[in-house]
Amino acid sequence: MSQTLAEKFYYLMRLGREFEIRCKEEYLKGNISGFLHLAIGEEAVHVGAVVGFGKGDIFCPYREHVLALARGIDPRLIMAELFGKITGVSKGKGGSMHLYEPKMDFYGGNAIVAAHIPHAVGAGYARKLMGEKAGVLCIFGDGATNNGTFFESINMASLWEVPVLFLCENNYYAIGTHISRSSALKEIYLKVRDYMPAVQVDGMDVFEVYEAVVEAKKYIEEYGKPYFIEALTYRFEGHSMADKGDYRSPREIEMFKRRDPIDILVRKSLKEGWLTEEQIRIIDQKVEAIVEESVQFSLSSPEPSDEELYRDLYCGVCSDVIP
Amino acid sequence: MLYREALNLALDYAMEHDQRVVVLGEDVGFYGGNYKVTDGLYVKYGPKRVIDTPIAENSIVGTAIGMALMGLRPVAEIMTANFSMLAMDQIVNQMAKLRYMSGGKLILPLVVRMPQGVAKQLAAQHSQSLEHLYASVPGIYVMCASDSITAFHALLYAIKMDDPVIFLEHVLLYGMDFPFEYLEGFDPFRARVLKEGKDITVVSYLKMVHDVLQACSWLEEKDGISCEVIDLVSLRPIDFETIYKSVKKTKRLAVVYEAPKTLGLGTEVSARVAEELFYFLDAPPLRIAGEEVPIPYNRKLELLAIPTSERIYHQLLSWSKNHGL
Ligand SMILES: Cc1ncc(C[n+]2csc(CCOP(=O)(O)OP(=O)(O)O)c2C)c(N)n1
Ligand SMILES: [Mg+2]
Repeated sequence: MSQTLAEKFYYLMRLGREFEIRCKEEYLKGNISGFLHLAIGEEAVHVGAVVGFGKGDIFCPYREHVLALARGIDPRLIMAELFGKITGVSKGKGGSMHLYEPKMDFYGGNAIVAAHIPHAVGAGYARKLMGEKAGVLCIFGDGATNNGTFFESINMASLWEVPVLFLCENNYYAIGTHISRSSALKEIYLKVRDYMPAVQVDGMDVFEVYEAVVEAKKYIEEYGKPYFIEALTYRFEGHSMADKGDYRSPREIEMFKRRDPIDILVRKSLKEGWLTEEQIRIIDQKVEAIVEESVQFSLSSPEPSDEELYRDLYCGVCSDVIP
Repeated sequence: MLYREALNLALDYAMEHDQRVVVLGEDVGFYGGNYKVTDGLYVKYGPKRVIDTPIAENSIVGTAIGMALMGLRPVAEIMTANFSMLAMDQIVNQMAKLRYMSGGKLILPLVVRMPQGVAKQLAAQHSQSLEHLYASVPGIYVMCASDSITAFHALLYAIKMDDPVIFLEHVLLYGMDFPFEYLEGFDPFRARVLKEGKDITVVSYLKMVHDVLQACSWLEEKDGISCEVIDLVSLRPIDFETIYKSVKKTKRLAVVYEAPKTLGLGTEVSARVAEELFYFLDAPPLRIAGEEVPIPYNRKLELLAIPTSERIYHQLLSWSKNHGL
């Protein structure tokens, strides 16, 4: 059990890491533009959550490459989206912050902080109404939990008994503002404890995130009610490529980098015999090839045609259910 | 002087001279602002007057209203106009109404600053131009600045005013360098005639002004068409007097703006000119504006969605050819 899991975690986290390192390079080369938010340092949260949650819808903010990869969206289509190519998951119209793939229950990135949280509540409500059990995974940052929309959604999810897992990735910062300057409660899970079960986990340990999410998922499926997890993590890069992140002391960054989630996973897995050096080497090679292929695919993909400008604005059909 | 420095100077000057002026918004304090407009103010005036807020746009404007009611003069920063949609209740239902509903008893000396517009590939939720929404609401003033001189003087004027002002900036202007000088008696409610001309009156504002100036210089050099370029500093109210005076001379009006054409600011300007000066006109008014789409991420499509200096040039040229120039 742990062996296959460890292998899966390592593959997805390594893929996420290398994919984003490459994104950064391609951004600096000018192949990717706009706001590019990297999740380097936060892979354990993203991978642990998506794998642990399994079946169910995902709603998330703009920092979503690793979430999309973990959900199984083709890396080539994600990279092509960042390149603005027609072959991208959103046809080059959305870019890094707007990856959507409803066929895989992935309802994507949102560039308006906290705006997707009520979407998740509505989606969970609908799924339950339709008799489905899987529920919804809703991911957001610490900063988002200061927004009125967040509190409104928490109340509604609890009041209506909606099967949503609210997963807060607390990386202590909202752009350049530390949580101590923006939130009266420093422990975010305390904000909702009176509404639903709420726990805090080490977001640098993928096993811990995974186990908490599996537990939450069980609760959601059994009771059809919401659950809250706060995962403590850290972004190793700036908020986006436009931000150097230098409002954080080098000491602080160093301290967190010593708890690199991939290192933690590797150390633990080697020690427990869940992974071997050989397996790691093979995965590394595979990941390198996948990332390279995604870039080659994107480079050779065509730009959208001019007609795309007005395409996809409306679908222009009516339902025939109501006579 | 950089545009962002001119804004910073206005804030600094106002804070230095009036203890009641406070600045609030996301990342405005310790971080110095996402576009560095408030850089240095936190160190100079401290966290009580330069207030870092949570991500809570509606309540940022709401608390600023409360502060203003009690006699402070808050300048709230909304990180971009896109996020100001979350503050529409406080801006439209509250800020714009309280004075009138109270029979003039309540005073709201409040400025809400925000940048807008297309930068580069920030996609649909980060690229909007929304000035027409605010300019359609009685009870607030709407100002904007196309260069450093206007940025400094108009913002300072807005802070001095006892009425609420929406102050619009453009994301691409922040890093642009413009000549600067102090002006006596600057009046933000007067539109600026940036260039005199005799054939076409071209009205614009914010960043588009620079694209218009470029297009008009091509028209003059290549085609011998002379444009009078008017820069609106106030979008509510609009200085129609200056526009009418110019159009009476040129007999042709074009309005250039980045927002989608439908119901944009140019719609109002064209309609007014048609109503007031119909018999003076040698051509129907022309609007050169954004396409009716959300702004796409892809760079090529993004540039198709908004006017560029090249497209402004070509549209002005073919329109004037069709109408007797
Ligand atoms: C409504 C709204 N306000 C402001 C912003 C600008 N903004 C983008 S990300 C961000 C910080 C979000 O912090 P957090 O929720 O902690 O997420 P993190 O990026 O740290 O994962 C802000 C203020 C926005 N996108 N939407
Ligand atoms: Mg955060």
